[in-house]
Amino acid sequence: MGQIIESGGGGHGKGKKRAKKHGAHIDMTPMVDLGFLLLTFFVLTSQFSKPKTMEINMPVKPKDTLNTTKIDDETAMTLLLTEKEDRIYYYYGKFKPETSILKTMDYSKDGLRKVLLKRNETVIKQIKELKEKHSKGEIPDTTYKRLAIAAKGDKKAVFVIVKADEKAKYKNVIDVIDELSLVAEVGKYALVDISPAEKELVKVSGM
Amino acid sequence: MSKIKMPKSAPALDMTPMVDLAFLLVTFFILTANFRQNEAVMVKTPSSHSEKILPQNVMLVTVDTAGRAFFSLDGKEVRRNMLLTMGEKYKVSFTETDVTRFTILPMFGVPMAQLTDYIRGDDKTRAAIDQASTGIPMDSLNNQLGDWIAYGWNEKQIFQQTNNIPKENWCRIAIKADGQTNYKVIKRIIGVFQERNLNSFNLITDMETEQAK
Repeated sequence: MGQIIESGGGGHGKGKKRAKKHGAHIDMTPMVDLGFLLLTFFVLTSQFSKPKTMEINMPVKPKDTLNTTKIDDETAMTLLLTEKEDRIYYYYGKFKPETSILKTMDYSKDGLRKVLLKRNETVIKQIKELKEKHSKGEIPDTTYKRLAIAAKGDKKAVFVIVKADEKAKYKNVIDVIDELSLVAEVGKYALVDISPAEKELVKVSGM
Repeated sequence: MSKIKMPKSAPALDMTPMVDLAFLLVTFFILTANFRQNEAVMVKTPSSHSEKILPQNVMLVTVDTAGRAFFSLDGKEVRRNMLLTMGEKYKVSFTETDVTRFTILPMFGVPMAQLTDYIRGDDKTRAAIDQASTGIPMDSLNNQLGDWIAYGWNEKQIFQQTNNIPKENWCRIAIKADGQTNYKVIKRIIGVFQERNLNSFNLITDMETEQAK
């Protein structure tokens, strides 16, 4: 392995030994062995997948209650997360104990994602158009970003409130936020505490 | 007619390119290798579609399945000042060797009362303490985690300002929690951040593998 091959050096001289033309050859096998050993070691120990991250910006604690965001009946949607790892309860609009209709869905593509995509259809369409224009080079980077943010923050855009109770798993909350911000292009969402009335509603619904 | 002579010895193969390539790879892996830090707990983070890579410079709160909180922060000088301030507040005194040892600890999750034992112990004792520990307390009466965060953050800000580190490389806060942790704990930690007016932070996740869904 890895040897320098030597063609016959001397042979023409009659009885007279000539010095070899080539330099002394070195056996490289151990070095190569070591090389591969190191290679194997580093291949096996190196970490490829760098951890990914999501950025969350919580609102600054309001000094007065006047400044809080109003929940709009038209655009608001509340997701209730409980200990059940395959169920999300949700309702639209403001919470009214008597009239709010609780629906359920699961975390799969056909559950949460479908509902969100349908609910946020117009914004997603707008963003798609913007993306197309951007990739064609019709609008510059900064304009694209500005318009995308504007579309997400539009008055008509969906506003999602995520309420997780004490027993909900962190994983589920992350799944929901992930789905909201990265798949369904929801620009406005909030993590809020669940109220006792809502807990009761989930309990009563028996779903 | 001349006959084609077959060589008597086995055909020789020139291995030089292969060896060159092997060493090139070795060099590459040596240079890019990023050895995993010795972590007190194993945490399996949930997955997401996010493609943002975690910044290098973070103040990290790790939470395991049982809801125990661990804290880690880089920077020797920052850690030294942070520990001294904490010691003052909780009336725990540290010797010079303690402080030096503390500056190189990777991650810790013990209440202040146990911290000196933890610092003075060797790897084995530390592992044992980590096992039995309840994590850094963070309830509103005994909010040590909040203090670590506040002092650490404060020191880090001072350090970044005096060293003229560009704003985009400034430290961020991150939560690395196990997917099975109760959301209650995470909510509490976010609450701790918010009490200190730290409203922007990162949640560490893994790459999503679509087939799992």
